[in-house]
Amino acid sequence: MSRVLSYEEKDTWIHRLSGVTKLVFFLVWSVVSMISYDTRVLLVMFVLSFVVFAMSKTEWRQVGTVFKLILLFLALNLIAIFIFSPDQGAKIYGSETPIVHLFGRYTLTMEQLFYEFNVMMKYLTVIPAVFMFIVTTNPSEFAAALNRVGVSYKISYSVAIALRYIPDVQEDFAKIKHAKEARGVEMSGKAKLMDRIRNVAAIIFPLIFSSMDRIDVVSNAMELRGFGKHKKRTWYMRRPLKRADYAVILGTLLFAAAAMCVTFSNGSRFYNPFA
Amino acid sequence: MEPIIEFQNFSFKYRSQKEPTLKDINLAIYPGEKVLIVGPSGSGKSTLAHCINGLVPFSYTGEVTGTYRVGGENPEKLGIFGLSKHVGTVLQDTDGQFIGLTVAEDIAFALENDCMKQEEMFRRVDEAAELVDVKALLDHAPGALSGGQKQRVSMAGVLVCDVDILLFDEPLANLDPATGKRTIELIDRIKKEKQATILIIEHRLEDALYRDVDRVIVVGDGRIVADTTPDALLATDILASQGIREPLYITALKHAGCVIEPGMHPQHIGTMELTACESALRQWNENTKLPEAEKPGEELLSVEGLDFSYDGKTPVLKNISLTVRRGEMLAIVGKNGAGKSTLSSLICGFLKPDAGVIRLNGEDIRDWSIAERGERIGLVMQNPNQMISNPMIYDEVALGLTVRGVPAEEIKERVHKTLKICGLYPFRNWPVSALSFGQKKRVTIASILVLNPDVLILDEPTAGQDYRHYTEIMEFLKELNEQHGITIIMITHDMHLMLEYTNRAVVIADGALIADGTPASVLTDEEVADRAYLKKTSLYDLAVRCGIGDATQFVERFIAYERELRKQERKGEA
Repeated sequence: MSRVLSYEEKDTWIHRLSGVTKLVFFLVWSVVSMISYDTRVLLVMFVLSFVVFAMSKTEWRQVGTVFKLILLFLALNLIAIFIFSPDQGAKIYGSETPIVHLFGRYTLTMEQLFYEFNVMMKYLTVIPAVFMFIVTTNPSEFAAALNRVGVSYKISYSVAIALRYIPDVQEDFAKIKHAKEARGVEMSGKAKLMDRIRNVAAIIFPLIFSSMDRIDVVSNAMELRGFGKHKKRTWYMRRPLKRADYAVILGTLLFAAAAMCVTFSNGSRFYNPFA
Repeated sequence: MEPIIEFQNFSFKYRSQKEPTLKDINLAIYPGEKVLIVGPSGSGKSTLAHCINGLVPFSYTGEVTGTYRVGGENPEKLGIFGLSKHVGTVLQDTDGQFIGLTVAEDIAFALENDCMKQEEMFRRVDEAAELVDVKALLDHAPGALSGGQKQRVSMAGVLVCDVDILLFDEPLANLDPATGKRTIELIDRIKKEKQATILIIEHRLEDALYRDVDRVIVVGDGRIVADTTPDALLATDILASQGIREPLYITALKHAGCVIEPGMHPQHIGTMELTACESALRQWNENTKLPEAEKPGEELLSVEGLDFSYDGKTPVLKNISLTVRRGEMLAIVGKNGAGKSTLSSLICGFLKPDAGVIRLNGEDIRDWSIAERGERIGLVMQNPNQMISNPMIYDEVALGLTVRGVPAEEIKERVHKTLKICGLYPFRNWPVSALSFGQKKRVTIASILVLNPDVLILDEPTAGQDYRHYTEIMEFLKELNEQHGITIIMITHDMHLMLEYTNRAVVIADGALIADGTPASVLTDEEVADRAYLKKTSLYDLAVRCGIGDATQFVERFIAYERELRKQERKGEA
C-alpha cells in the first residue's frame, strides 16, 4: 500500500540537510509567502518550490491524495472570496476593469481575478514546501530540530510521534476498511458519495479506539524509560550543521530579505499592474 | 542478605475500583534471583509488576496500604523516574513500545532522557545491541523487524541503562514457539552476564520453565497462592485450580494415574525422573483408544498454485495448493511473517494473486468483489476493536444485513438467532463498551455468522488470552463447528490450539506449504517443526523417554482423551 505523507528515506541533497535547516527554510518560506501579495515574488517562489520539490525526488503517490484534497479546498476558498467580497480586488488596486456583469452586485473584474490569482499562488508556493518538508525529514530528526529552535522537547516529541504513527494508522485504516468491505459495506466509487462519506466515517470510530490503545502503550513505555525526567534531553540522531546547511539557511534568509524589499518597494504588499 | 524487592502486608486498590486488586501481599525477592510470576488474567499479576516499575501508583493511581521497598527504598518516594534507575521493564506489546524511528534511537531513548552526551550514547547503544545480537540492525526501522528481533531490541533498550532488576511482562505473548524458546535462552544469558535480578510474568508456564528459575510465584485473585520451587509447584494441583495450563507432559502423566513428586524434578521433561511412571504410561497408552478417522466432507474451498508478491520481485507465497472440506476445523500455522495472513487476504480478495485459482464450491471466485466473497467467507480479525464500529451490540451484528437491504423483520429474526448461538442474546441491548474482550470477540464472530457464511477464517483467535479465556473462545468455536456444521479455518502460531482443537494443520514456512496433516504428526516431526518455527511437543519427549514406540499415536491418543474429558465437562455443566 502506498503510504501518504510519511517520511521516506532517499538519498538527495535535501534529505541530507539537517532537520533544523529544513525547518528554518519551511518557516521563512511560509512567512514570506503569507506576507507578500507581490505577483513577481510569488511567481519566482512558485517556480522555485517546484524545482526544490522535484529535486527532493518526491513522488506523486506520496502526496497525490492530499494535494487533490487541498486543491478542492483552494477552489472552495476562491469561490467563497468572490461570493463574500466581489469588490476586494477593486478596493486593493484602486481601479475597476469589468469583464462581465453576472447578476445583482456581482461583476467579475480583472482586479478581482488578479487578486484571487495571487491568493492561489500563495497556496501553490507553500504546499510543495510543506510536502517536501514532511516527506524528507526523518520524524526523530524533526523533533530534534524543533527542540533546537526552542520548542519544548515534550511538544517536539509528541509531534514527531504523531508523524511516526501516520503509516501505522494508515495500515490500521486499510485493515478496518477491508473487514468492513467484506461485510458488504461499499467503500469504492460504486457507492453514492454521501453513503461513501458516511461509510468511511464509520471507520474513524474503531480507528480512534485502536489508536488510543497505541497511545496508552507508548506513553507507558516512554514514562518507564524516563521521558520527562529532566528539563532537557539529548538526541541520538542530532546532526551537526554542515556547510550545505549554513549555505541553505543563508540563501533562504537572503532570498527572504530580497523578496521583502521587492514586495514593499511600492509601499504596499500588492503589486499593481493596473496603475 | 537484604531483599531487593519486598512487600509487607501490601494491598492496592485502583481508584476506579471498589475492591482492592492486590490483597495482603507478603513477598521478598533477593538480589540475583530469577523468579517467574504466573496467574490468570485479572489475577493481579500485572498490577504487582506495575507496583514494582512504578506505573502503579504513578500512572494508574490508587490507594496503597502496607509497606513495600524496591532496591531498599520506598517506591512512592522514588517516583516512576527514580524507580527506572533500579527497574527496567520489557513490555508485552513488542509493536507498541517502540518509540524511536530506528533501532538505535529506540535503544538510546532512556539515555537521551538522561541527557547523556552523544558519543557516550553511541558507545552504550553499541554495547547493548551486541549483547542481544541486534548490532546489524541498528539503522532499521523497528516496524520492519521480525517478532523475535523486536523483542531483542526492546531488551537492549532496557539493558542500556544498567539496572539491577529486569522485569519481563509476558515476553512470550506474541512469539511463535521457537522464537519464544530463544527468548527464554536469551533472558537466561542476560541474567548470567549482568548478574541482574530477573522477574518474568508469563502464563505460558511450560515455555517459561524451559530454562531454570529459582522460584515460581502464583498469583490468584489478588493474593499470592504459592511461592515455591518449580519442582514443588508441579507436584501440586495449584496450577489447575488457578486456571493456569500445566505442562502437557505433566497432564499426560496425571491422566495415566502417576503421582508427581518434587523429587522427580518435573521442571524439565528431558531430565525428569520417570522410572516410576513408565509402565503406567505405557499401560495408559495401550488402553486409550485412538480417535476414529472422520469422514471427509465435500470439497468447499480450494486453492491451487497460488503465487503472490507485494512488489513483483520477492515472492511472499509460492505455489500454495490446499483443499478445505465442509465441516473441517483446521489450522494454518507457521512463524510470524511466513505468509499466513497474506493467504487469508488473498482468499478474502483484499489482495490479488499473481497466479493460481481460488474456488468456492467448485466455482472460480476470481471476479468476485470483496463484498461478494464476504457473504460466503467470513473473516474475523485478531483485534475485535478494529472490527466493531457501532456502539450497540444489536446494530453491530445487524450491520452486514442492513447494508444488503434485508427487510427489518428478517434482520431482527436472524440477529436474534445468531445472538442466541453466540450466547449474547441476554446482552442484545447493551452497549459494546460494556463487554469483556472475549465477549467482544464473540460479537465480531456473530456479526460475521449472521451472514450465513460457508466458512469462517479467524486470525489468531486467542492471541493474548489466558488459559480460561482461551478455553472459552475455543470451546465456543468447537461448538459452532460441531453443532452448526460451520467450517472453520484458524490462522495461528499457538501449538496448543492446533493440538487441542483442530483435526488438521497446514504448515507454511517462508511462503511455501511444507506440511499438511494431523496436528500430532506435525508436532512430532522435528524437521517440519524446525522449519516452521514450531516446537516439538513435550508429549513427544515423554513418549520417547517412556519407551512408547509410536510417539505420534501417543499424542493423538492424548488429544482424543482430553477432548473426551472436555466433552464430559460440558455435559456436566449443561
